[in-house]
Amino acid sequence: MKWVGRSVSKIDGVAIATGKPLYTEDLTVPGTLVVKLLRSPHAFARIKSIDVAAAKQMVGVECVLTHQDVPQVRFTKAGQSFPEPSPYDRLILDPIVRYVGDEVAIVAAVDEKTALAALDLIKVEYEVFEPVLDLSSAIDHPSVVHPETDLHCNFPIGLEQQRNIASSHTVEVGDLAAELALCDVVVEETYKTQAQAQAMMETFRSFTYLDQAGRLVVISSTQIPFHVRRQLARALQIPATRIRVIKPRIGGGFGAKQTGVCEVYPAIVTLKTGKPAKVVYERKETFIASNSRHATEFKVRMGASHDGIIRAIEIVGLSDTGAYGEHAPTVFAVIGDKTMPLYNKTKAIRYQGHAVYTNKLPGGALRGYGATQGTFVQESTVNKLAAELGIDPTEIRLKNLIRETETSLYYKGKKLGSSSLHRCIETGKSMIGWDAKFPRIEQGSKVRGVGMAVTMQGSGIANIDTASAEIRLNDDGFYTVLVGSTDMGTGSDTILLQMAADVLNADMDQFIINAADTDVSPFDPGSYASSTTYVTGMAVKKAAEELRCKILEQAAKVLQAPADQLELSGEQCVDPASGKTVSVASIAAAAVVGPDHRQLSAYATFGSPVSPPPFVAGFAEVEVDKETGKVTLLDFVAVVDCGTVINPALARVQTEGGIVQGIGMALFEDVQYDKKGNLQSNSFMTYKIPGRSDVGIVRVAFEESYEPTGPFGAKSVGEVVINTPAPAIVAAIYNAVGVQISELPVTPEKVFKGMQQKS
Amino acid sequence: MKLELLINQKIYALDVAPDEMLADTLRSKGFLSIRKGCDTSCCGLCTVWIDGKPVLSCTMLSFRVAGKAITTIEGIQPEAEKFARILAAEGSEQCGFCSPGFIMTVIAMKNELKNPTEQDIQHYLAGNLCRCTGYMGQMRAIKTYLRGEVQ
Repeated sequence: MKWVGRSVSKIDGVAIATGKPLYTEDLTVPGTLVVKLLRSPHAFARIKSIDVAAAKQMVGVECVLTHQDVPQVRFTKAGQSFPEPSPYDRLILDPIVRYVGDEVAIVAAVDEKTALAALDLIKVEYEVFEPVLDLSSAIDHPSVVHPETDLHCNFPIGLEQQRNIASSHTVEVGDLAAELALCDVVVEETYKTQAQAQAMMETFRSFTYLDQAGRLVVISSTQIPFHVRRQLARALQIPATRIRVIKPRIGGGFGAKQTGVCEVYPAIVTLKTGKPAKVVYERKETFIASNSRHATEFKVRMGASHDGIIRAIEIVGLSDTGAYGEHAPTVFAVIGDKTMPLYNKTKAIRYQGHAVYTNKLPGGALRGYGATQGTFVQESTVNKLAAELGIDPTEIRLKNLIRETETSLYYKGKKLGSSSLHRCIETGKSMIGWDAKFPRIEQGSKVRGVGMAVTMQGSGIANIDTASAEIRLNDDGFYTVLVGSTDMGTGSDTILLQMAADVLNADMDQFIINAADTDVSPFDPGSYASSTTYVTGMAVKKAAEELRCKILEQAAKVLQAPADQLELSGEQCVDPASGKTVSVASIAAAAVVGPDHRQLSAYATFGSPVSPPPFVAGFAEVEVDKETGKVTLLDFVAVVDCGTVINPALARVQTEGGIVQGIGMALFEDVQYDKKGNLQSNSFMTYKIPGRSDVGIVRVAFEESYEPTGPFGAKSVGEVVINTPAPAIVAAIYNAVGVQISELPVTPEKVFKGMQQKS
Repeated sequence: MKLELLINQKIYALDVAPDEMLADTLRSKGFLSIRKGCDTSCCGLCTVWIDGKPVLSCTMLSFRVAGKAITTIEGIQPEAEKFARILAAEGSEQCGFCSPGFIMTVIAMKNELKNPTEQDIQHYLAGNLCRCTGYMGQMRAIKTYLRGEVQ
């Protein structure tokens, strides 16, 4: 039975689509306390006094907590394997508030109205400081965002507290100045990217209660159950043995829920009161008080010879980690890690800069995790270089891009295992009609242009991400798959079963999957870093292979034939020589009855020394109105190399969704703060995510490669798909009207001003 | 205030606050398909039908719908499942959190419009946001559904 490569519908699809109660808030019980958070109205201040007496006296209020009532141990909310690279710079509640929205007090009451009314009764006196609101002047600003003496790093990340530097990073190979001097052409450009919001439809929410043993149970919309367990143990100063984290169905994550944003608040209420508690963030809270993509500013220099061979690349700049350093060092690293290896004819490269603290919304993980920003700045510069040299943008890439078995300066010595990127470019060119449309077609006051970009990502974090899987043959002859990965709508539970069913040659109906529950699941870092198909998938495949051997060993005893001669065919083990069979069900039943038997199960762990990159070639066709600067996206073509496509329908939708999220970042999602540090783009009325009429046509094709280290040759698809729209659309606009947009998002004003300046 | 609401063809005798929104009333009575996604009446997650027409229950006062027929997705499960199977075949439910409101709008459109064009469909569904799918697969599913093909 072949399951890999088939468009199997998601196993939970019909249930979730028809509104069954399967998400965190649906699982709360009567009597659950409602938790609300008092948030700072100031970007940077110290709490001089806080008076909660009136709130505590209110009927229905069960718990009011301030910084005086919580453990004073710093931790990070970043969901990363221990030891986390992110600094421990948080307290549950801190006497210093560092951005508008930072938590000041926790209130729990019998219902939402009471909790909100109690918030109004809390009186706080603040000593307000001058906030740090500008990324480019954050370093050595007179205000120090983290003046505390107990901030902790697990290992050196180049943090300099007094200078507002959260982390520092340098990768340098070869003599950059000398190589640039040898280049025939050197182009230079400065870019800014905005703090895009993840904007998943289900906001942050968690539900907590004490179980029969008095343990804290946390049901949470999270991508990282095991990391949340460890974070809570540290933040609440209780042993991890006292905590169980369960992930039900999740209404989207996109990286937002790779940070333990809200779990700690109901958790501490439940510990203090003994009662069930829940927190459900409003949309505004989700915008102003969680995390977003790190905003960046970069300067890029790129040099090439006349024939278009790129010899030197330099990317230098800053990322804005906001008030807390969650994911700061790692996102900064990924900006270079997942972009610079693409162009491997280089003789010298330099990637350098800092993540800096400001008094704004903290940075975090958002699909792409830095590669999106890196792709925008590098690919925009490659397009500029191609224009300068008079070479077709597709040709310059075909000449310079890394191929299978080649190495790059960035990944010294590591050979690229699989790539069909050159084929992706050829296919995309043909689909968009590049040769007929490049660079522009004028139609009166409107001009159409095409542009393109390429990108890579990873598949899991090399040498860090390690996932385990267990598969059991149950007494009734069906299988249970236990994993700790966190399907957030992607369909990972389904594709993991496709892999297991393929190996065990059985119907998918014979499998159940349990994911994720820290009391039950084998360890998995969670679903992030494009890891689940590749890392957890390989663990599932290895466990299934081991279980297959064990089943055939038992069959060999019954059939009196060597195990390696037998075949597993659905519900039967077959000896092709004799034609004799024994059913898997009878082996399963016999395994659980009587002495000297053992239930058949297999356990496997997988971690990889490499993070095989998936690739995308993205092509945009836009129409620019010369009278208004309005850009209409007509067509977007994405050609994807994710290795073997495990489930074409799900991979296609992942790609379409990622492309549209990238289109949002390119054209619509504008982040605006006022002068006091209030995030003004804090609702879907002020922060526009793409609606269904905004995106033109998105077309997707796959050019399969075979990744030798991946399950069935698969790599990843979740993140890589968001990276190309911004640089491809910006290039299409340039090719249409000659205006280079270097600051996202593109707006009609910027395009119009650009055209005015040109003429 | 005491009032009677007709929800999915059953009469509920309720005591609701004058400022209570229908979304909250419905969730409190166990209609957990109703979700709030935006707080600004623009995401479409909380869509129900009032007398067969799609309405955002997050900004509809409960007392205002007394005497009208309220339908949630729980009340039209067979038809919702029919479309959900088509949607799932495209993989376009993804996280599923916006799906109930989206499906309520799709089925209302099928009841209301005859042979809608792609533009008509986009216009009718303009108020239903989705962050996962990029909308293309939803459109493929709607077209299959309107053609009456069985999955």
